[in-house]
Amino acid sequence: MSDMIMTLQFYMTYPFVRYALIVGTLIALCSSLLGVTLVLKRFSFIGDGLSHVAFGAMAVATIFKLTNDTLFIMPVTIFAAVILLRTGQHTKIKGDAAIAMLSVGSLAIGYLVLNIFSTSANISGDVCSTLFGSTSILTLTKGEVYLCVVMTIVVLILFILFYNRIFAVTFDENFAKATGIKANVYNLFIAVITAMIIVLAMNLVGSLLISALIIFPALSAMRVITNFKGVVIYSAIISVCSALAGMMISILCSTPVGATIVAVHIVIFALNCVIGKVIGR
Amino acid sequence: MAYITCKNLELGYEGMTVADNISFEIKKGDYLCVVGENGAGKSTLIKTVLQLIPPLSGSLITGDGLQPYEIGYLPQQTVIQRDFPATVWEIVLSGTLAKCGKRPFYGKKEKQLADEMIAKMGITYLKKSCYRNLSGGQQQRVLLARALCATSKLILLDEPVTGLDPKAAASFYQVIRELNEEGITIIMVSHDIQSVISDASHILHIDKTKSFYGTKESYLASKAWKSFQVMIEDDTNV
Repeated sequence: MSDMIMTLQFYMTYPFVRYALIVGTLIALCSSLLGVTLVLKRFSFIGDGLSHVAFGAMAVATIFKLTNDTLFIMPVTIFAAVILLRTGQHTKIKGDAAIAMLSVGSLAIGYLVLNIFSTSANISGDVCSTLFGSTSILTLTKGEVYLCVVMTIVVLILFILFYNRIFAVTFDENFAKATGIKANVYNLFIAVITAMIIVLAMNLVGSLLISALIIFPALSAMRVITNFKGVVIYSAIISVCSALAGMMISILCSTPVGATIVAVHIVIFALNCVIGKVIGR
Repeated sequence: MAYITCKNLELGYEGMTVADNISFEIKKGDYLCVVGENGAGKSTLIKTVLQLIPPLSGSLITGDGLQPYEIGYLPQQTVIQRDFPATVWEIVLSGTLAKCGKRPFYGKKEKQLADEMIAKMGITYLKKSCYRNLSGGQQQRVLLARALCATSKLILLDEPVTGLDPKAAASFYQVIRELNEEGITIIMVSHDIQSVISDASHILHIDKTKSFYGTKESYLASKAWKSFQVMIEDDTNV
């Protein structure tokens, strides 16, 4: 045990490890807040679709050797989020089909583009690290850490200010609209923030595993808690703890960061299911 | 002046007409029951009255001090709501949101109003309960309390007794009747015309081309009612 603490203390002396822990925790916090709404609105798959779009955008950014690829990936993903929300009920291609199309499409194009234009010798290694997370969480610059902190504060403030309206729109969109709440604006707002979080979270867990960060905390919390505020708070706690635990374990056992965090989430979900059954929810 | 006056309304989505030639008006204290076959345009009419979608043609005028957003709406249950983790208190309170204006949080006044409406619906003992664990009848009372938080003038109910057992349905109708007697205007969309007809003051029978609007008495003497009767008898024979 003391060995483990020693090892952790040793790693903590490196600034890049500290940065990784800070950024990882903040991303986990943001994604869990939105996760509750996304899961309840049956939008979980939007997160999944958007993460694939982000992968495609990243591939394109790599070819053009953009110095700061976030500046390219972010607008593309946000644009995709807006498009996905626009596909309402009265369009020719239904929402879920549109998302499936967009996500597989961009995944394929991303891989294709990487294969054709890549100058790197290890293509499959590159692809694998973008999809499942890589060491990029350990190569964060100070600037990226600041960006993440600012983003988190913005998301937190917006979420608290609009909490009551987000609740109303999530629970009953039509009633909210009938009482004069601009539900479409809030849907758009939710989609845009989701897109932003996904792009940030790509560094942490890779684009295939992002949805886990969004969905798992909310689902775990919903097993046990029966009021909305409680679910939001509990899922934020679960998410932050799992992310921290996952990152620690991955440092100690040198396992891949993203997959470890998701594994922790799965364990916590199972635990919450059992607790839920025991207390009869 | 009536709360809502509709003249030659044409309903539909994106150029597709669902129902045409609908004219009616709702005054303070009326109890309007909207009937019609499936697909006749009842849900479209609701969305139009709530101003969620614009009418294709014709006019819809609100008056007598009714603001467009002062209609309390009791929608049909959605899949989302069935397993939603929220307490009765959170849901009813969300009905007062329109009264908050630009303020981000609920004030004392809103909370008091929500408390009153919960008491009025007789569900104070459920205040802290989770919505998804309630019975169908209790859930409808919660949604009604929320609608009453949004308005004290006009309530629009969309198939409110669907899925309720007869006893719960009867007590729900009783609640609606009492609200109407207090002076709250009711618009109810229902399949269950037999139970509603005794309470309603006016009937709107929607049909693709020829809709009927009038008092209950004139409706009972009309052709639309007779055709409806035949339909109901057919249903019961099957």
